[in-house]
This record gives sequence, structure tokens and C-alpha cells, in this order.
Amino acid sequence: MSIWARHKIFETNSVILIVGILIVIAIGGLVEITPLFYLKSTIEKVDGMRPYTPLELAGRNVYIREGCYLCHSQMIRPLRDEIERYGHYSLAAESMYDHPFQWGSKRTGPDLARVGGKYSDDWHVAHLKNPRSIVPQSVMPNYAFLADNKVDLASLSAHLKTNRELGVPYSDEDIAKAAADAKAQVDPDGADAADLLKRYPKAVVRNFDGQGGDPTELDALVSYLQMLGTLVDFKLYDEKANLR
Amino acid sequence: MADHAHHGEIDKVTGTATTGHEWDGIQELNTPLPRWWIWTFYATIIWAIGYFIVYPAWPLMNGYTHGLFGYSSRAELDVDLAKLNQIRGEKMQALANASLEEIEKNPALLALARAKGKVVFGDNCAACHGSGAAGGKGFPNLNDDDWLWGGTLEQIEKTIKYGARSGNDDGHMGNMLAFGKDGVLTKEQIVQVANFVRSLSGQSTRPGVDLAAGKQIFAENCVACHGEDAKGNPELGAPNLTDKIWLYGGDEATIIETITNGRGGVMPAWIGRLDPTTIKAMAVYVHSLGGGK
Repeated sequence: MSIWARHKIFETNSVILIVGILIVIAIGGLVEITPLFYLKSTIEKVDGMRPYTPLELAGRNVYIREGCYLCHSQMIRPLRDEIERYGHYSLAAESMYDHPFQWGSKRTGPDLARVGGKYSDDWHVAHLKNPRSIVPQSVMPNYAFLADNKVDLASLSAHLKTNRELGVPYSDEDIAKAAADAKAQVDPDGADAADLLKRYPKAVVRNFDGQGGDPTELDALVSYLQMLGTLVDFKLYDEKANLR
Repeated sequence: MADHAHHGEIDKVTGTATTGHEWDGIQELNTPLPRWWIWTFYATIIWAIGYFIVYPAWPLMNGYTHGLFGYSSRAELDVDLAKLNQIRGEKMQALANASLEEIEKNPALLALARAKGKVVFGDNCAACHGSGAAGGKGFPNLNDDDWLWGGTLEQIEKTIKYGARSGNDDGHMGNMLAFGKDGVLTKEQIVQVANFVRSLSGQSTRPGVDLAAGKQIFAENCVACHGEDAKGNPELGAPNLTDKIWLYGGDEATIIETITNGRGGVMPAWIGRLDPTTIKAMAVYVHSLGGGK
């Protein structure tokens, strides 16, 4: 019996064909996915990364809820023109605490991977409330209502806990203090800011939306935008160490 | 349905063997795949083997096969950037070596700096200052003669580099204080001084407001930054109050709001984000927009 005739066993028996397909796809999957978990070049360690502060995480949740990712990517590809415009290409490690990551593939608006520090808080607030007041040709919707919505402080601990389940190294202290940390991040004169910065280095503590009181969703979103891409110090980053 | 009794029979019309499947007397032809399709299929398999050899392909225990070409997207990027550097090379070097004044005096360098500055401006500055650099409420117009932090080449370069209230240690400092919120002035006093400030630029004042009292309040609280003549102080970012250019607005309500709550617009520091030569080009570009001193 020639090998072509043996192939007839698959062609004439659907159960055997299904099992055969499963085995072939499983091999492909194993070869493509498994190495990502153990190869040094795919799990590059980068200094400076830390989990999101509770306020930034709340902002990230607003970002996802409002569907910002539908028009904005957070992924600078290693291409000349992207680097000229947006800065150093994104590293996998920069999304290590993102569940899920926000790389995106659609750029109706600009990439936001390194938008942190590029504009002032005032600009973000004015722009989110009414983008056309600042950029006349913008097609971005208005998000003025974010200034009126308070962040749900009571649920922050649960969000941190969920992220810990997914592998983000929040400590018990981080989880217990989530609501207090969120308040501390919008109160630069408060006593808790130092404690926040100790546990979340490089966190930006400012009254982002210019309003007093408990943090609003606008505070949260601006705090998130202002930290994007700012954690890794590329003066110290050795790109040859993990060259692939 | 299937009747394997007919398997291998030759169809009389086409001369092709049948599969043996028969429905109501109609049999299925076992037509072979077209030759061109078969060979294309084999060619893709051979192509894949070639691909495995020259490009990174197979994961191993401690690494992966790098392939004969040694391709990596990061290495390719380095090559692209080196090429770009080579294209720009000499010109950018000339820009880097020249002082700001030399660039302005040399037409070739000026054209280069303006071209580069314009592109970078569109990408980084236009979001706040507008694509025509005309600014907006809270974001200064860069075409006019009014400069919060000074309009000479050096002053503009410094402002771009370190920003204003940016958190950078070398950035410009100084806020408009919140005279109302902090309880320094009463509401009535604020109305008086606001109307006095409007009178400085020849605008109408509200009838019945005591301008003399406003002048007195101004002398006691405002001259430290805005100056005795109210022409401002670029060291402190205090604007000139005698002209008709207003950052937040020159109507009475806005001036009262400014005096009550204070102001402190932020210009980010660009030194970490843009390289010094780019900032130089930008300073020249902004200076050349019309209002440079």
C-alpha cells in the first residue's frame, strides 16, 4: 500500500481526520506558544516597571470602558518613522502588568504608548472635555462627563486583588490601602503621598483635574495617560542585552 | 448512498475513474487535482524549508535557530536609523555646531532649522499651541510680540528645553497666586483691582467701581511680579497687562476668575523627549514665527 493510499484512511473516516487535525494544530501551538514562557529573549527583564497605582488602574478601567483602544494604539513598533514620531519602540515588559494589554491595531488617533508627560494636565482635561476646543480638526468624542463621575473607591481593592490573581505583584498592604492611595494621588499636599511614592516609585501625585475632593474618573484617566511610557529609563536600558 | 461496488470504474464520457459513490445512478468522478496546484503546493513546502534555514524559526531549549541571515527587527531598525543619520548627517551636524545666532544669520541653516522645526512643531507642540501656533485659552500664541518667559532665541530655547512649572528643576517657576481663594483679597477688592487692570489696557471699566482703590490694591499685591508699570516680568512669567493680548481672557469675569483662583499653566520639559539639535531648530522656528525678539 503506497503512502497515498494510506492517506485515504483520513479522507474516508471523519473521526480519524478530526484527531489528525487536532494533533497537527497542537504541535504548531506548542512550538509557537511554549517557548514564549521560557526563552530569555521573550521574557526580557526591564528595570523600572511597577504595577499601576490604584488611581492609574481606575483610569485604565475608564480607558477600556470608553473604548479608547478602538482608536488609539499603545504600541510603538520598531520602525524608523514610528520612532521618529513617538520615541523608543515599546518593550514587551512595558505591558507586563496589563491584563489585557492595550497594544491595539487601529490608529484613528495617535499612538499613546509614550504620551505620559508630553502634554500638561490642563491640556488633557480641556482636551478630554472637548477635543475640538484645542484641536479643531479632531474627530474624538467629548468625555466631559468624566469630571462629574467620582471613582468608585470601594471597588478598588477588588480590582487590585483580581490583578494579583493574574500575576501582578500587589502586596496585602497595597490592596488594603487602595482607596486611600487613590485619594493620596490627587492630593499633593497630603501626608500620604510619600507612602504612595514609596510603594509606587515615579507615580505622579497631582490634582489632575483641578477640582477638589475625592478623585473623579477624569483624575483617574489623566493620571493613567500621564504615566504611560514613563517608567522605563531608556538612558539605562541596554537593548543589546536581549537582542533578538 | 455510497456504493463501493462501482469503485474504480472508468466513466465512459470523460475517461476518468469514479470514486464509487453513486446517487440515483449518478456517479462521482475522482478527478485528480490540477497539476499546477499540486506543484505550487510542493513549492510552498520547499520554500518553508528554505525559510527555516535563513530566518529565525525553531525554538530550542535555551534559544532558537537564528538563521543564516541573522535577521532581527531591532537590528534592522538600527540599520534604518544609521541610514537616516547618514542622510541627515552633515546638515544636522552643522546645525548642532552652530550657535542660535549663527543659524539665524546663515540662510541655508535657517531654512533647514525652520523646515525641521516646523515638522517637529506639528508633531509635538501643535496639540497645545495650535497648528498655526496661534494658541488658545491658556496656551500662548507664539506669533505675537508677547512673551511670558522672554522672546529671545536663548529664552525660547530654555523654555522649550525645561518647560514651565514642568517639574523639571531647571524649568520656569512662578504662579499667579489665588488671591481670592487664599483669602488675601475680598470679593469687592478683586472687582476693584480687576477693573483697574482693564483700565491699564484702555478697556472700559464698570461704572461705579473705585479705580483708585484698585490701583492701591495693585500697588500692594501685584507689582512684585507684574512690575510698577504692569508690563510684566519674563523672569517670573508674569504677563504684560498693558497690552490687548490675554492668555486666559481680558473680560472682567475672566480677570476676576484669574485673580480669585490663580493660574499656573504647564509647559512640559522637552529635553528628555527631543534631542538638543531638534530643540535648537524648534527655538529658531518659533523665534521666526513673527514675534521673536
